Amino acid sequence: MHWFAKQRYLIDYTVAAMLRRRAKNVGLLAVYTTIVFLLASVMLYSNALKQEASVLLKEAPELVVQRMVAGRHDLIPADYLEPLRGIRGVRRLEGRLWGYFYDSTVNANYTFMVPPERDIDPGSIVIGDAIARARGSETGDVLAFRGAGETLYPFRVAEVLPHESAIVAADLVLLSEADFRGFFGIPPGKFTDITLTVANPKEVRTVAEKVVSALPDTRPILREEMQRTYASLFDWREGMVLVLLAGALLAFAILAWEKASGLSADERREIGILKAVGWGTGDVLKMKLWEGGLLSMLAFLLGFTLAYWHVFGTSAALLAPALKGWAVLYPNFELTPAVDGLQLTSLFVITVFPYTASTLVPVWRAAVTHPDVVMR
Amino acid sequence: MLFQPAIIALLLADGLSLLLLVPAGLFAIRILRRWDLQSGSAQQIRLEEHTYLVTTGLALVFIAQILTLLLFVFTTDHLAVQFVGAMCAVGTLNANAWGFSALLLRMGLFLLAGTWLVMNYIDSRAYDYPLIRVKYALVLLIVPLALAAAGAQLAFFTGLDADVITSCCGSLFSAGEPAVTADLAGLPPLPAMGTFYTVLGLTILAGAWYALRGRGALLFAGLSAIAFPVSIAAVIAFISLYVYEHPHHHCPFCLLKSEYGYLGYGLYLPLFTATTLAVGLGITSAFAKAASVRAVLAGVAPRLAWTATLLFTLFMLQAIWFTWRSNLILLGE
Repeated sequence: MHWFAKQRYLIDYTVAAMLRRRAKNVGLLAVYTTIVFLLASVMLYSNALKQEASVLLKEAPELVVQRMVAGRHDLIPADYLEPLRGIRGVRRLEGRLWGYFYDSTVNANYTFMVPPERDIDPGSIVIGDAIARARGSETGDVLAFRGAGETLYPFRVAEVLPHESAIVAADLVLLSEADFRGFFGIPPGKFTDITLTVANPKEVRTVAEKVVSALPDTRPILREEMQRTYASLFDWREGMVLVLLAGALLAFAILAWEKASGLSADERREIGILKAVGWGTGDVLKMKLWEGGLLSMLAFLLGFTLAYWHVFGTSAALLAPALKGWAVLYPNFELTPAVDGLQLTSLFVITVFPYTASTLVPVWRAAVTHPDVVMR
Repeated sequence: MLFQPAIIALLLADGLSLLLLVPAGLFAIRILRRWDLQSGSAQQIRLEEHTYLVTTGLALVFIAQILTLLLFVFTTDHLAVQFVGAMCAVGTLNANAWGFSALLLRMGLFLLAGTWLVMNYIDSRAYDYPLIRVKYALVLLIVPLALAAAGAQLAFFTGLDADVITSCCGSLFSAGEPAVTADLAGLPPLPAMGTFYTVLGLTILAGAWYALRGRGALLFAGLSAIAFPVSIAAVIAFISLYVYEHPHHHCPFCLLKSEYGYLGYGLYLPLFTATTLAVGLGITSAFAKAASVRAVLAGVAPRLAWTATLLFTLFMLQAIWFTWRSNLILLGE
């Protein structure tokens, strides 16, 4: 109990002393908070993007098989489905039809796709909300695109996909199989790729190996690989931004050192008086460490709260261009708030530890000051 | 090399720690050679002043070490998604040869750092620096260990390469490549249980004895030093099996995951803290010759010893509880 009481008195005194030198401490707090805010924004934002990607990929098929011709992705013949059907462990097998289309009127790429689980009437399309915005069209309008052979294909918009699905569907155009083949000039009996659903996750790799040996000119892509690739892509972007911010961190450490060593005459006298009335070097040191500790806690809380608001309230307005990736029809989406212990601990180590380490020597120098030297 | 904020944090923490530790090591040599409390020379006064700086710096570094051990385990667990076949930290640690050495060195560093903190706590309460030589001799032991841990960790992280899709190779990159091994083998459950309960029971008795009578500190410390590896082995051999209710899942890291209600923290934090306290107390009391430190020890040792004993008991009770409520039957009816 004695220990706690002592620390409480020290904190009391420290807070009073800090309030007496408001200008100096507020300046430092502002810089410290900004540093925490920047780093925390980067971490929170890329983590939320990673989360978003992994949620999306959860729905993806376990295995996608693409045909390769001369090292390039090519259309896959429908008879490739047969040998795959025989592989044990494959629950469902599906040929997909999808592709990209460049719309020169709005300078954007659309994704055309034949939806496997819904039927769309020939002549009509379902479009994503970013396309609807870009082209200014609504349900019932007619959109015309220039397809294969320079023919103009008019489509009636049957539906605009809801905004909630924007992250996947912003640039999506869904159409019927007949329209798709006609529009792109893809002969019947060919697909873009084949998806395989595998019931047991442990068998996916074996199934992939069997696919390669049955059809040597194909490339199987595992969902697990896609997840890994996305995760490391976002990690890499996040890491790059953090490394760029290392300069800021160093500048901050130098500032902290400066602030801590630049004791004013008042402060020197204060320490001298404290020592003269019986404080030991250890007590002054503790007081000064509390000062740093309280400042760190305050800056950490403020910076982290601000970053949270910045990322999840404003969709990371400042950072989005660097981390999100880009596209003309970029989806507008709200991020799902996610904070984990790993981020918090890393952020704490990255910010508070350098601050404390850089104030150590100046703080000690202040603490060992002899009273007679300063009060003379 | 993977670019990850947590990895950057760990490397930064190690770099800063070494920046503080290496000068502290040099200072330790000066203390061991020149320290003379009887002398009133300018040099002795300078040394005394500097001990404040070095002690505070070391305390900071050692508290950071405790935090970074947690962060290290967290990070390796989190990285598991990046490797074919890795399900948790074990997989990541097996991804190259440095993983487990880095972890073991970090654990060793944790225990020594904790011991130093206990010793420092007791030393700073006595007026005449009674343990100063032992304390700084321990620093000389810690510095190379910290260097080794930092080196192993750096080698581990730089050697990590995620298995990602590369556009240059047209076929499945991971086929044919061996997946990372993600299994740990355990001891047979019955002897493991017998050893575990015997050793831990004896440790708890020795702790209570020391706390009550103030004797047998070394016995308590020695038993704790044995109880620590035995307990970890017990987690691998049978405690984890009861928690997962699976006769072949021996992983000591999956316990830290949310799927198992973060049970691992409740197990490991008491175990690590208790061992550190007990070993720190043992070493301190072995070197406590001066009257001043004996007086301090008599005041604080019972409290610390009770804390360690209770934490060991907590660990054992949890082991019993997990066995009791588990649906898994390991030993035949």
